[in-house]
Amino acid sequence: MPDLLLQLAIILFKIVTLTFIVVLPLVPISVYFERRFSAIIQDRVGPNRVGIPLSLLGFKKDFHFFGLIQPMADGIKLFLKEDFTPQYVRKAFYWLAPALTVVPALITVCVVPFGSPITIFGHTEKLVIADIDVGPLFVFAIASLSVYGITLAGWSSNSKFPFIGGVRSTAQMISYEICLGLSIIPVLLYFGELNLGKIVEHQAQHGWLLLPLWQNGQIGLPDMQTALFWIPAVIAFLIFTISIFAETNRMPFDLPECETELVGGYHTEYSSMKFALFFMGEYAAMVIGSAMVVTLFLGGWSAGFGLDPLIAKLGIGGFQIGGLIHLGIFLTKLVGFILFFILVRWTVPRFRYDQLMKLGWVIFFEAALINVFLAALILAAPDLTAVILGTGAVLLIAVTAAVIWVAKTSEAPVKPLRA
Amino acid sequence: MAVVKIQRPKLGFGEKIYFAALIKGFILTMTHAVKSLLGKSMGAKSLESSGLGVTMQFPEQRWDAQMPDYYRGAPALVTDEQGRERCVSCQLCEFICPPKAIKIVPGEIPSDDPWAKVEKRPKEFDIDMIRCIYCGMCEEVCPEQAIFLRKDYLITGLKRADMVHDKKKLYEIGGVRTGLVNKWNELK
Amino acid sequence: MPSYLFWLFATVMLSGGAAVIAFRNPVSCALAVVACFVGLAGLFIGLSAFFVGIIQILVYTGAVMVLFLFIIMLLDLKDEEKRAKALAPLAAGLSLVILFAVQLIGVLSRTANKSAPELDAATLATAAANLKEGGKIATALGEGRLPDTHLIGQTLFTGYNLPLQILGVLLLVATVGVVALSKKTAD
Repeated sequence: MPDLLLQLAIILFKIVTLTFIVVLPLVPISVYFERRFSAIIQDRVGPNRVGIPLSLLGFKKDFHFFGLIQPMADGIKLFLKEDFTPQYVRKAFYWLAPALTVVPALITVCVVPFGSPITIFGHTEKLVIADIDVGPLFVFAIASLSVYGITLAGWSSNSKFPFIGGVRSTAQMISYEICLGLSIIPVLLYFGELNLGKIVEHQAQHGWLLLPLWQNGQIGLPDMQTALFWIPAVIAFLIFTISIFAETNRMPFDLPECETELVGGYHTEYSSMKFALFFMGEYAAMVIGSAMVVTLFLGGWSAGFGLDPLIAKLGIGGFQIGGLIHLGIFLTKLVGFILFFILVRWTVPRFRYDQLMKLGWVIFFEAALINVFLAALILAAPDLTAVILGTGAVLLIAVTAAVIWVAKTSEAPVKPLRA
Repeated sequence: MAVVKIQRPKLGFGEKIYFAALIKGFILTMTHAVKSLLGKSMGAKSLESSGLGVTMQFPEQRWDAQMPDYYRGAPALVTDEQGRERCVSCQLCEFICPPKAIKIVPGEIPSDDPWAKVEKRPKEFDIDMIRCIYCGMCEEVCPEQAIFLRKDYLITGLKRADMVHDKKKLYEIGGVRTGLVNKWNELK
Repeated sequence: MPSYLFWLFATVMLSGGAAVIAFRNPVSCALAVVACFVGLAGLFIGLSAFFVGIIQILVYTGAVMVLFLFIIMLLDLKDEEKRAKALAPLAAGLSLVILFAVQLIGVLSRTANKSAPELDAATLATAAANLKEGGKIATALGEGRLPDTHLIGQTLFTGYNLPLQILGVLLLVATVGVVALSKKTAD
């Protein structure tokens, strides 16, 4: 029984630390980065004042911290604002919706591997909350639940613009889930594994998927197969990243909340902390999306270049804390990718809705399908005879040509319907 | 009006694929980011930026040197070279003031005063700076050239009462203004 | 699976199912179905069928029910809320339930009361013996894990390859049919 209690305590500790101390603070930090980075891009300064007001306590100077306290001030402001519920909303759903957007985003944290296992008092513990064998699928499944929050928010607000926002978001998220799922099939084929922890370990040993430049600790050029697989890996990376943008309703695809058309989109009627929950959900989804990209394509917590076994061995006495360094590396990569998200937001103008749908259904869907074919061909090449390989290649080219032809003809203006 | 049909531009393959434009965009935004971090953004010098972007950081840095001559700040009353209050409390500004920010209590000038022939001057003259919209109509309508919009823009206060400029404060802001038409000076 | 988790998810599922027929508002009903599916996924995961459980959420909860909800919201079914309880559908539904229950009892009473084998190392090792030595599945089974995703893939693509392909073609035909029907253009 004490063993079970210890197990439970460890699990609880991991949940609390990893979710609420590691991931949740990333949300305000990315809001801060968003504001500062966008300001710098636009030749402004951004929030740089909120700090510890030491002058209130009689000191000479305030402590500014580059304005890092700003998100906290924003949070307090949102807490203290009036929580206004419009009169004709459908109350139960209206209250349920914000929670339904945040909770899935935070649940998905539990399969992300944050670092290599750490050993304390001879007890080895993995830095992942739930080490299950269906990692990426779990993330997609739970993340797809956040559609409910947005849809319900749009519908229950009993107002036109939120409703249009909710409808747009539903259609968009369902469309891009398909691209998301299809685009990582080559990756999963390559690793032959759905456990994210194992995927990262594999990358630490054999090179990141997008940077296969070392093999078992030896830096060098990859073998023929890995080198060839780099092509489908890059295609998968592009489709996956762009689909993540669409899935998290981020800038080039933020049509559910596009201000110029829909006021605020699905959260127009929300105020105070309920609005803040939507805001948090959006940023948490962004953090998780970045975490997925980093884990699947950019080596997760691994430092790369054969350094990982060295880092993992680091330790003071009986404590092997290399995992914590790996955690730091993972967070660095994560923040780097979040900065990329922000750069994209302030660079790329918003797409039109039909362009978005066309990109998803006509281009990415087909490209991902062909990519699966290509990846399978490359991975199976050593086991196949030349004839089958040739047939496969010819088939692949034929299918690609057919898809391009279909995409071309679909662009032709539609003839009017028969009356 | 005739309908003008605009031909949409024919896009080439490279333009359709969108990636080149995307990368160009990234280069553009990153150039801006790097330049603004180095304090070398376009116009940073002429706008006296704080070293980050083109923005001047307000309480430490002030805009005063760049203030144009036509700037319309707080309205104020002026005295002339002889130290005479120019206002004769005709109340034209009070009537014209669109947000009704001005309140004047007219008073008579006692007969022993050297300017007794002017007959009137304000006993009280309040401008509620919460209401004032800095339109400058009071300056325009004043027949005595007594009220002017000055360059003061930092009108702050902790209470509503602080925001009402009374006569004393208005003369303090306005000060002495020379070179105005002095129609009351000639002897009669 | 600990039995209290079974009871928890079973309760979620059953109350979701009951709520579907109890609620008047179609959106509430759809959400109750979602709760039911989530409970079902929990039961699957409790039976160590992670893949099936997750796919249950991904496909049914995340895609199919969202589309249902979508349609319901767009239609804005106001009449549904006012509808009086008709006797005929109620009776039909009840008789269906009773029929199904009778069938279930019949089947269950004839099967031997056999509990599932414990998923311990010994059981997994015996299962591994039937598979190719050194393969991914066999290795995982030898390590005492149940690679359910790999096992499902193995079963589908070796034992049931032809039916799977035929199903794929069937779905493709349905998709093409929908597109053809919805895109009738004039010559």
